[in-house]
Amino acid sequence: MAEFLQTPFGIFVLILAQCLLVTVSVLVALAFLMYADRKIWAAVQMRKGPNIVGAFGLLQSFADFIKYIVKEVVVPAGADKPVFFLAPMITFVLAVIAWAVIPFNEGWVVANLNVGILYIFAISSLEVYGVIMGGWASNSKYPFLGSLRSAAQMISYEVSIGFIIVGVLISTGSLNLSAIVEAQAGSLGVFSWYWLPHLPMVVLFFVSALAETNRPPFDLPEAEAELVAGYQVEYSSTPFLLFMIGELMAVVLMCALITILFFGGWLSPIPGAADLPILGDGLHWMVLKMGVFFFIFSMVKAIVPRYRYDQLMRLGWKVFLPMSLAWVVIVAGLALWDGDLGNLGGLWARWEVAG
Amino acid sequence: MTAIDWTRATRYFLLADFIGGFKLGLKYFFAPKATLNYPHEKGPLSPRFRGEHALRRYPNGEERCIACKLCEAICPAQAITIDAEPREDGSRRTTRYDIDMTKCIYCGFCQEACPVDAIVEGPNFEFSTETREELYYNKDKLLANGERWEAEIARNLEMDAPYR
Repeated sequence: MAEFLQTPFGIFVLILAQCLLVTVSVLVALAFLMYADRKIWAAVQMRKGPNIVGAFGLLQSFADFIKYIVKEVVVPAGADKPVFFLAPMITFVLAVIAWAVIPFNEGWVVANLNVGILYIFAISSLEVYGVIMGGWASNSKYPFLGSLRSAAQMISYEVSIGFIIVGVLISTGSLNLSAIVEAQAGSLGVFSWYWLPHLPMVVLFFVSALAETNRPPFDLPEAEAELVAGYQVEYSSTPFLLFMIGELMAVVLMCALITILFFGGWLSPIPGAADLPILGDGLHWMVLKMGVFFFIFSMVKAIVPRYRYDQLMRLGWKVFLPMSLAWVVIVAGLALWDGDLGNLGGLWARWEVAG
Repeated sequence: MTAIDWTRATRYFLLADFIGGFKLGLKYFFAPKATLNYPHEKGPLSPRFRGEHALRRYPNGEERCIACKLCEAICPAQAITIDAEPREDGSRRTTRYDIDMTKCIYCGFCQEACPVDAIVEGPNFEFSTETREELYYNKDKLLANGERWEAEIARNLEMDAPYR
């Protein structure tokens, strides 16, 4: 067996199995996260939420899944058929492949890319194409308006996300996501993670992530009050399901990114507990932290009203961009002169200069 | 250059509104839920609730309706149709008592007009059907309703009596 896994075919099988493991786990988790999202939303509105299918409605997502699969696929007359079907697939596939570089635990990563964060950034930038193509290929007013909005919105907020990531990269000295997590390891537990030295950027990143994934209060591409459902109007059945899965998966990916960049990934928050069996570092901390951020994502959906389009653009270009840009400059200075300013314990510069 | 409202700007950058909203959201998150699991749980109904119609009988089994046609006359939607003939024993009784439930507006005037409490609107509101024809109620259907809901109708009339 060990020998077989050294052969090219063996390596292929191994990687395939790893990909399947990650994809299936994420998809199953997604079904329950969708349910959790609806339950949280309902709870804030003093409703009970789905509670019929299965115990406490736990199987609601699976019932919805079957419904989406067996319904008729409606293609609008005048739609550009190849593009119309390509759009949901792009959304889905891009959301899935981004998970390839997410480390769930020490060494638990499908592809340990040394440019992992760059890869994620590239993939999430491409996600706008799914929306644009869907809106354009539908050959209909509302989808087109929705996709135009989303194009401007996603591009605007990618800029500030990029600068926020640059700040973290300056601190880490590596583009590898595992290295970013390991750079946050320290004797202070929860206080040695990047959320403390990069505090303002945690908020900025979270809000930009909301905009990037078209979540409320930035769900202008779907804005049901104005655009019915934006670029999703003409979609039904399985293509619609792919859009939904792709969107939700992008949200969970953003939860994973916040966890990795600012909240120490799989590291234990308890100081000095890194090697203990349960309290120590491990997959469960990663999942727990992602769960917390997903909860905040869901709560935001329930409590905030939608932004107006000009407010959205103002926030992106006139507030977030200058702030994140200034932070890059500040972090660069702090990292460079860390020792000169009185040693802050390498709060910002955590790489070792060779030689 | 307009003056900057620093208090407002500080609140804005510290996300004061968002945090306040989050607190409020969490308060309602743990608040008791208002949901009724409808087919399994139902809300309370007033004794005056005006639902599906029923024709009542006296305790000895005799029909209450004396075919005075006051309900037919007062019905604003003209949903009621009545034909009457003397019975063998000489008493005046209806041979036909139809209510078109698709026309009915559930105003309760028929119940108010009735001198003998024969036609009443009961507490039942779950009488949807799959065809339109099933909503054209005739005398048999209305009498059957009366038998089925008599206990609750009598209770409701008794509870409402002090207020009339």
